[in-house]
Amino acid sequence: MSQKILLSAKEIEIILHRLACQLIENHQNFEETVLIGIQPRGIFLAERIQQILQKDYKIEEVKTGRLDITFYRDDFRRSEKPLEANSTKIDFLVENKRVVFIDDVLYTGRSIRSALTAIQSFGRPKEIELLTLIDRRFSRHLPIQPDYNGRQVDAINEEKVKVNWVENAGEDCVYLVNK
Amino acid sequence: MGELSVNHLLGIKYITKEDVDLIFETADHFKEVINRPIKKVPSLRDITIANLFFENSTRTRLSFELAEKRLSADVVNFSAASSSVKKGETLIDTVNNILSMKVDMVVMRHPNPGAGVFLSQHVNASIVNAGDGAHEHPTQALLDSYSIRERLGEVAGKNVVIVGDILHSRVALSNIFALKLQGANVKVCGPQTLIPKHIEKLGVEVETNLRRALEWCDVANMLRVQNERMDISYFPSTREYVQQFGLNKALLDSLDKEITIMHPGPINRGVEITSDVADSDHAIILDQVQNGVAVRMAVIYLLASKIKQ
Repeated sequence: MSQKILLSAKEIEIILHRLACQLIENHQNFEETVLIGIQPRGIFLAERIQQILQKDYKIEEVKTGRLDITFYRDDFRRSEKPLEANSTKIDFLVENKRVVFIDDVLYTGRSIRSALTAIQSFGRPKEIELLTLIDRRFSRHLPIQPDYNGRQVDAINEEKVKVNWVENAGEDCVYLVNK
Repeated sequence: MGELSVNHLLGIKYITKEDVDLIFETADHFKEVINRPIKKVPSLRDITIANLFFENSTRTRLSFELAEKRLSADVVNFSAASSSVKKGETLIDTVNNILSMKVDMVVMRHPNPGAGVFLSQHVNASIVNAGDGAHEHPTQALLDSYSIRERLGEVAGKNVVIVGDILHSRVALSNIFALKLQGANVKVCGPQTLIPKHIEKLGVEVETNLRRALEWCDVANMLRVQNERMDISYFPSTREYVQQFGLNKALLDSLDKEITIMHPGPINRGVEITSDVADSDHAIILDQVQNGVAVRMAVIYLLASKIKQ
């Protein structure tokens, strides 16, 4: 197994600021917008973006929630491993809100498909956008594309993109791992 | 999240502490789901479940059916009163006929102890025991423990007394297994005639004085006297039973501590428990009912995940 660095901590920092600025361009003061981190790995990115928006760009309130998609996945009873559920925490209504899904890696698009179904349990959003740190283009199974994207990566299926955050792995770094 | 160690839920006797923990963790997620504006997830949309009730039930049957529907399973219901069982069909034939219509899971209540175990050995489907005679009622015990965990933080180390008709109660037996498995201390309390011989072998103590039992416990689980299962008279009169084993407000107030009151339903108000106690803040009877749906969703979800395609 070999791995190479796709993004360093410094590059991630710059990309997060760019993504935050792009969000502000479209959503201004975030009054009608909510950020939803997709469990399990999108929640760290969502919290980072929220922090940058509040601290560096002085946006007072950015509503952020976390959404678990386990019970909406299309591979129940089809995958080898049992599916692992995580907590969902959305303590606001998404009815008529502009929702931004946030996930670290966009690969087949199936997680986002599940999230699109899952969010309906919390109301009917006005619109839904997608923000990802890494977009593995050419590996999509479904017609789903990001609206805000950190870095596009051309990786073959045997390769894996691993995103580490200080919160869960002690460092900010993105690796391309050769299995 | 792991996998259950079993393919059927036939009784608490057959599962492990890890299974119980897994069911509770999964139930936590489903409890959140059933409190959403839209209370349904699509996980089990390719699973069909048959609810076979050979004995009367309101709460358990509704609770199972709601749990199944909130997981998006297809549900068929069957009750013995309106079936070919009355025409002399055997249990295996009845179930195999239903299974040949491509049913994946069977939830069964049956008056004979061991009916679930018997069925699991003869038919090819996942079986959930919803009560078999005076043997076990595993989902009730799981939801009782889940409710204790929710109210008191954990089950381990808690003192729980089960009061009433222990002899005829599958709820009592499953609860004893479940509570001991999780490290709680258990006493049973009731008229000597309604306490099975040798019950101490299960690691529980017998107490025949209700006041002493209540002073000892953190949680009291009040059971109904099952008159329909009694072929002889076990105590002189209902009036005398109420005087000795009925829980009323005065008795509860005279204790020097707060205890949690549970009841699996149906309640005979004024017999094992008075209305003012059943409706008080001490009672978590309606929480038990709500938790029942979440716990049954967890059990069905986890068992369904083991059904091969």
